[in-house]
Amino acid sequence: MLIDGLSWACLIAGGVFCCIGAVGLLRMPDFYTRTHAASVTDSVGAGLILLGLILQAGLTLVAVKLVMIGLLLFFTGPVAVHALAKAAFNRGLKPLLADTDRSASAASPLQPMPTDEQLPTPGLEEAPSKP
Amino acid sequence: MFATATLFLLLTVSLALMRAVIGPSVFDRLLATNTIGTCTVLLLAVIGFLTERPEFLDLALVYGLLNVIGTVAVLKFFRQGNLGDPGNSEKAGQ
Repeated sequence: MLIDGLSWACLIAGGVFCCIGAVGLLRMPDFYTRTHAASVTDSVGAGLILLGLILQAGLTLVAVKLVMIGLLLFFTGPVAVHALAKAAFNRGLKPLLADTDRSASAASPLQPMPTDEQLPTPGLEEAPSKP
Repeated sequence: MFATATLFLLLTVSLALMRAVIGPSVFDRLLATNTIGTCTVLLLAVIGFLTERPEFLDLALVYGLLNVIGTVAVLKFFRQGNLGDPGNSEKAGQ
C-alpha cells in the first residue's frame, strides 16, 4: 500500500516534470535556454517515472531492465545535448544575451531566432553596432 | 495511474512536436527530436506496465540506444559537412 502510494506519487511527479520541460522547450526565447529546459525532461522526469515503475515491479528482472534504461538515459541524454549545443556554437548560432539587444527583447520577449539561412551572419549583431 | 503518466507523456510529446515544427533553426528541431525520443522510451516502458506486458522494456532499451546514436550521427554530419548553404562551407568545415 505504501509502495503503491510512493509509486503513484513518483509517476505523477515525473509526468508533471516532463510537461514542465516541454513547456520550457516551447516558451524559452533562445536555443541554449531551450537545451536547459529540455534537460529537465531528460533527467528528472525520466528518473522519477522509471523510479515509479521500479517500485511497481519489485525485485524482478523487469526492475533490472528499468535500471538499465535509467542508466542509459542518465548517461547519454546530457552527452547528446552537450554535442548539440557544441555543434550549434561551432556553426555560429549566437546566444541571446541580455545586453546586446535589450531594446529588441523589451519590445517582444519572444523575438524570432535567426533561421538557417541567416546563421553565418546573425542579425543579432547589428543592433549594438550602430553609432 | 499508468494511464495518467501516459497522458502526461503524450502531452509532452505533442508540445515538443510543436517546437519541432515551428523551430527556427535546425538545432531546435534536433533538440525537440531528442526530447521526443526520450519520451518515447518512457512511453514504451509505461505502456508495457499499462498492458501488463513487460516485454516492451526491451523495445524501450533498443529505442534509447537508437535515439542517441541517431542524434550524435546527425550532429557529426552537421559539424563536418555543410548543408548546402552558399557561403557557409568554410565556416561549417572548421
